[in-house]
Amino acid sequence: MQTDQQTRATVWPDEIYDVLKAAGVTQVVYVPDAGHAKLINRCHADKTMRAVSLTTEEEGVAMLAGAWMGGARGVLLMQSSGVGNCINMLSMFEECRLPLLMIVTMRGVWGEFNPWQVPMGGSTAAALENAGVIVHSVDRAEDMKDTVHACATLAFNTQRPVAVLIQQRVIGFKNWNK
Amino acid sequence: MAAKKPAGLDRRKVVAALLADRGDALVVTGLGSPTYDTFAAGDHDLNFYLWGAMGGAVMAGLGLALAQPKRRVLVITGDGEMLMGLGSLATVACEAPKNLAIAVIDNGHYGETGMQRAHTARGVDLAGIAKAAGFKSATTISSMSAAQSWLPTWHKKTGPVFADIQVSADPAPMRLPLRDGTAIKYRFRTALLGSKADK
Repeated sequence: MQTDQQTRATVWPDEIYDVLKAAGVTQVVYVPDAGHAKLINRCHADKTMRAVSLTTEEEGVAMLAGAWMGGARGVLLMQSSGVGNCINMLSMFEECRLPLLMIVTMRGVWGEFNPWQVPMGGSTAAALENAGVIVHSVDRAEDMKDTVHACATLAFNTQRPVAVLIQQRVIGFKNWNK
Repeated sequence: MAAKKPAGLDRRKVVAALLADRGDALVVTGLGSPTYDTFAAGDHDLNFYLWGAMGGAVMAGLGLALAQPKRRVLVITGDGEMLMGLGSLATVACEAPKNLAIAVIDNGHYGETGMQRAHTARGVDLAGIAKAAGFKSATTISSMSAAQSWLPTWHKKTGPVFADIQVSADPAPMRLPLRDGTAIKYRFRTALLGSKADK
């Protein structure tokens, strides 16, 4: 039998999906990450959503600027290593007062195996904040739904870029031996 | 790599011809001269002038094209801007939006920064890259007659369509459009979405 904690660990991607759906998100753009795999699959399976795989995260930033200009809402899914790729493109969002919802799975900060993830993981929040993005962090799975909902509301209603950082503790350890 | 033979097309005439029959198309312009060329052809509420975000024009066009599948979307950008976002050609080819056209106004140089030569003046073939990425329609245009025969295709042919239009590197007179991003946004969204622009 699953404990409550184990159940939480498996349902949060579904909770994010439900929040995105309720928020009217139709463009889901992403660079894949293992932590987002379930959510990406759900979005691809939803005919009212267009899930778009990108070659680099900054493509998604520019794409969601165009989406909003056209009256559509989007979300950018990515790993913390991709945040550095986005910085100059984020200038559109401050200059044009555009909404952006980013959901970032963290690497390099908690229980990390790969040392190459540490530098960007350590500067992810500061890099986003320096680029004018409002940053909220989810440290416990039970906070996921409320935080993603709050960030989507903030982004789309105040037309500002907002990032949710999903901490590694929520995602769990990556198994390097499988 | 051999240097490309310089073409003599006038960028302002090319862009004016591109937009002469724009209908209700939505236009995204890449920073620098393509933004100025588009303004010089006639200011329009449905022009999304980019003054920055280098490498992002095609992707902004993709997001717009998917949001507005019934409207034609034209991205007018420069060769340097396109080179910075080459991956976006792969993404656009995979998504294959039928309503998106990309016109690169290719002068082979970085016109804003001192006319340094770009890769496009050293043999890099943007239409070839677009074709290899999967664009069914990707062409290089270096004469006004070829431009005239391509022009009707950008809004009638099923997209995504791509053209690398080789123009003279001669500078054109400065024509600077609105540059406040928030004002550009509200103007564009109000023209496109009406009362829903506030939602």
